[in-house]
Amino acid sequence: MLLKELSSLASPLSATQVDKLKQLTSELNAVQLAWVGGYLAATAELSGVAGEVQQAPQQTITILYGSQTGNGRGIANELADKAQAQGYSVNLVSMADYKTRQLKQETLLLAVVSTHGEGEAPDDAIELHKFLASKRAPKLDALNYAVLALGDSSYEFFCQTGKDFEQRLSALGAKAIVPLTECDVDYESAATQWQEAVLGAVKPLVGTGASVVSIGGASTTTTGSSFTKQKPYSAELLASQKLTGRDSDRDVRHVEIDLGESGLSYQVGDALGVWFSNSDALVTEILEGLKLDGEAEVTLGDATLTLSQALKEKRELTQLYPGLVQNWAQLSGNSELQAISEDREQTRQFVLKHQLADLVAKYPVDIGAFQLVELLRPITPRLYSIASSQSEVESEVHLTVALVEDERESGTRFGGASHFLTNAQEGAEVKVYVEPNNHFRLPENPDTPVVMIGPGTGVAPFRAFMQERAAQGAQGDSWLFFGNPHFEQDFLYQTEWQQYIKDGTLTRLDSAFSRDQAHKVYVQHRILERGETLWQWIERGAHLYICGDAERMAKDVHQALVKVIKQHGGKSEEQAEALLESLRSDKRYQKDVY
Amino acid sequence: MSDQKLSVNEYLKTDSNYLRGTIEEGLDTSLTGAFNDADQQLIKFHGFYQQDDRDLRNERKEQKLEPLYSFMLRARVAGGVCTPKQWLGVDKIASTLTSSNSIRLTTRQTFQYHGIPKRNLKTLIQDLDREALDSIAACGDVNRNVMCNPNPVESKLHQQAYHWAKKLSDNYLPRTKAYAEIWLGDDKVAVSESEEVEPVYGKTYLPRKFKMAVAVPPDNDVDVYTNDLGFIAVAEDGELVGFNMVAGGGMGSTHGEVATFPRLGDDFGFIKAEDCLKFAEAVLKVQRDWGNRSDRKQSRLKYTIVKHGFEAFKAEVEKRAGVKFEPKREVVIGDRGDRYGWIKGVDNNWHLTLFIEGGRIKDLPGQPLQTGLREIALVHKGDFRMTANQNIIIAGVAEEDKAQIEAIARSHGLMGKLISPTRGHSIACVALPTCALAMAEAERYFPDFMTKVEALQEKHGFLEQPIVIRMTGCPNGCARPFAAEIGLVGKAPGRYNLYLGASFEGTRLNKLYRENIQEAEILAALDELFARYVKEREAGETFGNFTVRVGVVKAVIDAAKDFHG
Repeated sequence: MLLKELSSLASPLSATQVDKLKQLTSELNAVQLAWVGGYLAATAELSGVAGEVQQAPQQTITILYGSQTGNGRGIANELADKAQAQGYSVNLVSMADYKTRQLKQETLLLAVVSTHGEGEAPDDAIELHKFLASKRAPKLDALNYAVLALGDSSYEFFCQTGKDFEQRLSALGAKAIVPLTECDVDYESAATQWQEAVLGAVKPLVGTGASVVSIGGASTTTTGSSFTKQKPYSAELLASQKLTGRDSDRDVRHVEIDLGESGLSYQVGDALGVWFSNSDALVTEILEGLKLDGEAEVTLGDATLTLSQALKEKRELTQLYPGLVQNWAQLSGNSELQAISEDREQTRQFVLKHQLADLVAKYPVDIGAFQLVELLRPITPRLYSIASSQSEVESEVHLTVALVEDERESGTRFGGASHFLTNAQEGAEVKVYVEPNNHFRLPENPDTPVVMIGPGTGVAPFRAFMQERAAQGAQGDSWLFFGNPHFEQDFLYQTEWQQYIKDGTLTRLDSAFSRDQAHKVYVQHRILERGETLWQWIERGAHLYICGDAERMAKDVHQALVKVIKQHGGKSEEQAEALLESLRSDKRYQKDVY
Repeated sequence: MSDQKLSVNEYLKTDSNYLRGTIEEGLDTSLTGAFNDADQQLIKFHGFYQQDDRDLRNERKEQKLEPLYSFMLRARVAGGVCTPKQWLGVDKIASTLTSSNSIRLTTRQTFQYHGIPKRNLKTLIQDLDREALDSIAACGDVNRNVMCNPNPVESKLHQQAYHWAKKLSDNYLPRTKAYAEIWLGDDKVAVSESEEVEPVYGKTYLPRKFKMAVAVPPDNDVDVYTNDLGFIAVAEDGELVGFNMVAGGGMGSTHGEVATFPRLGDDFGFIKAEDCLKFAEAVLKVQRDWGNRSDRKQSRLKYTIVKHGFEAFKAEVEKRAGVKFEPKREVVIGDRGDRYGWIKGVDNNWHLTLFIEGGRIKDLPGQPLQTGLREIALVHKGDFRMTANQNIIIAGVAEEDKAQIEAIARSHGLMGKLISPTRGHSIACVALPTCALAMAEAERYFPDFMTKVEALQEKHGFLEQPIVIRMTGCPNGCARPFAAEIGLVGKAPGRYNLYLGASFEGTRLNKLYRENIQEAEILAALDELFARYVKEREAGETFGNFTVRVGVVKAVIDAAKDFHG
């Protein structure tokens, strides 16, 4: 039956229900409809429609994920799919949405959690992480568990959050069914192995039966399209327009991509994953430096391709990892590099400031084509906060991309994806997928005020917010804090903000241009200056958003917010922190930092 | 009373609370580098204009950036005289608070800064104030910077003339405290209704800008007839006794609007020196009351005199001044150029006039002009005098200090280049890229153009003969193009109207000869005219007079009738 023809006469639904269903289905594409169909069938089965006797409750596998960039969520999703395929009943849920009270009742818990920054838990795992370490955490003698930790070994506290989970669950009396698995940036094969191991270990513990997916995290499991990280959509680049003035010392681009008929949809706050290829110049430099023949054939998995192709399309050339530095030190026999590679902190610093091409130039090695390809990690896509709303740009997606560019001894080094996007010509092919971010969402109520703190390219999602709010005709006040080095050169999207101020979509904008005066001024200084008003906004229920640099900005801004709450809210340091914490758990304080 | 609607600016002035407007709010917003439309008019009274880099407009639009706004601030320096200490302050400001990193000498004996971002305005004005300099009324509908022949040779006469120029400048400054409050942070004083804030100007100031100059014959470097009000010094035995007053001059006009025209001042007669302020105030007040406030293109004093007639206007001025004009005295109106190089004054001090091309003092490769003047200011004991030809005089140098000053000037490219007489007599306005009014290049293009003219003069064998050539990017006339023997007024990029026939001394306007032509056509026309000139000129006949005598253009006697006719 076509949906258009659906009416209450021909169905068991009321007229209102039919309207609601029509409304919902009209918003869905084919893939979504199929998914909803499956979901409803499963639900019907569970609720015992048509007088069937309700089945005995199955032992449920709870799968939790705490994810910053979406990798953890992806692994958890896959695991849930595999478990269901094997007939298990599964409760898949984000740690952010997980009720800690529930923990006592669990018998089987599988956790996937990443670590970001200096050993910190991702936003959606903060609360659970804290709870497990607190006195309130219950005894968990009946619990079986397994933890998969995601991390980046170039950071000092590699996989720390995963280690914490493992340690705490074990200390509370729970039994590990498989040992903690730590995954580095190239996590795919280790994660797959862990999934297999876990499912194998689960078998003797749990009976199979009707499978149920809790929709606690359902909205996060679908992007409304079949395109994924592994199967990205080949989109067309519409424009890569420089946003910074000709005298700026940075190159920031406004990138427009056409999602065409892909059916890819996104919400404001989401990120776009972008696959890229390395530049020909970089590949040539590396080949020449290593005296390797680009036409040599290499085998990757079951594909055979030329070394040039492999380096350009398949291997990570612009980010080093500690293992590579260690191997290179051995290969080169260079004592300086060996000394660096033996010291964790020095390696970490080295990795941040060098690329493969620097290694090639500075520490010559004798290496074969296959050996090189084996040594390098697979290329990984980069995530960019989306700078547009589909209610404004429809099938387009916009990004704000800063060209990563460093002058080094052996030449200028560029960030892989930003260089690719900056140099891409109109009409170029870009492989993309949507990475949802449910922890960076506008308030549901359009009347709720929002405070958006987004210096540099951190301003991107706020452009999306403004487009969305303008389209909604939202009445809520909005306040943007923006910062960059120079007013004349680096005021990203200046004319758009002027328009939004003029038409009332944006209520106020405070900017900090750090290098336009003798002393440096950043957004946190503006926040302090406007503290009194900001506190009034918080009291009025404003949602706070921070986007941009995690290393320094987000921390400085957090400290500024604490000060504002202390000074104008008459609170102690602890109370101010507690208030921000409660705002965070109420989804009124959200971060998209990197 | 006219029942015509007042021009928008009149309402702005009325509502501005004596020029305050919302300038302070405009300074506070960091969303834009600009002021709102109303304040853009008011800031002129405070001495600066909003501009933007027109070369970058389209590029920045694509970058989602607003135009590259900045401000041009013009200081008020009566008679163009400042001390070495003041110069050092002026120089430092240029280097630290402007993006143009230059000082631009103007055709009205003052200097301008270009490329001041909004956020630096306050600091800049405070820094100027520290040097006892300001920009009050350097622009706007008020009496602008008063010019005065800077001739240091006749030092005594100059001193006496300068005394009156300074008085004219000080007396007709706006009295509002807006400038001090906004820029210098002075306390705000509530103004009662009954209080007379502006005794001369009133709440709405003048209908339009107003320019005054004091000339000391035989020099006419200040181009006295192009001013709204001019005073030509009359001396007896080397002492100033009074002035021949002239009024009703002005350059500005609009392409294609014949109701607008440039005009030279009328001679009104002789006045005693001590009556100078009485007459000046009378003229200002008649213009204040009679001037056109409905149409800003008809509001300069020249139109007021044309509309009411010379005699009626003169009678009203005499009535208000309470003094009558005497018949004008015979004076010689001579050269409008500067005398480059060293000249010894009657007091035995030496004076060095430096040619500054385009008035632009900037450190250029091989010619660190700005540094050179700074070095001079550090050792100089006399003063600096900015000239009406955008040059600078190092005035009052003792015999024993001459060599040191000259050495600095030479090593910094300020001296030593051969300047042809024509180049030395010629000026260009700023125009592109900063001036919002410009339709074509002037300052950036003029030096190359002059080289081509020099080549033509050389070809025809009269390179030693000065011709006054002036180029502006628009017909508003900052470089007084309609009083040039060869006037070039921008119409569109690369295109100019060519005007001919003004007198060398600035006592007769020029007239349109060719419209909307490009460089090749301009040079071809000049080539032909130069050929005729060398063949047919009479002894001592200047190029401007020649073109009128042989009928290349008709003489402009009564501008209202002849300029377009």
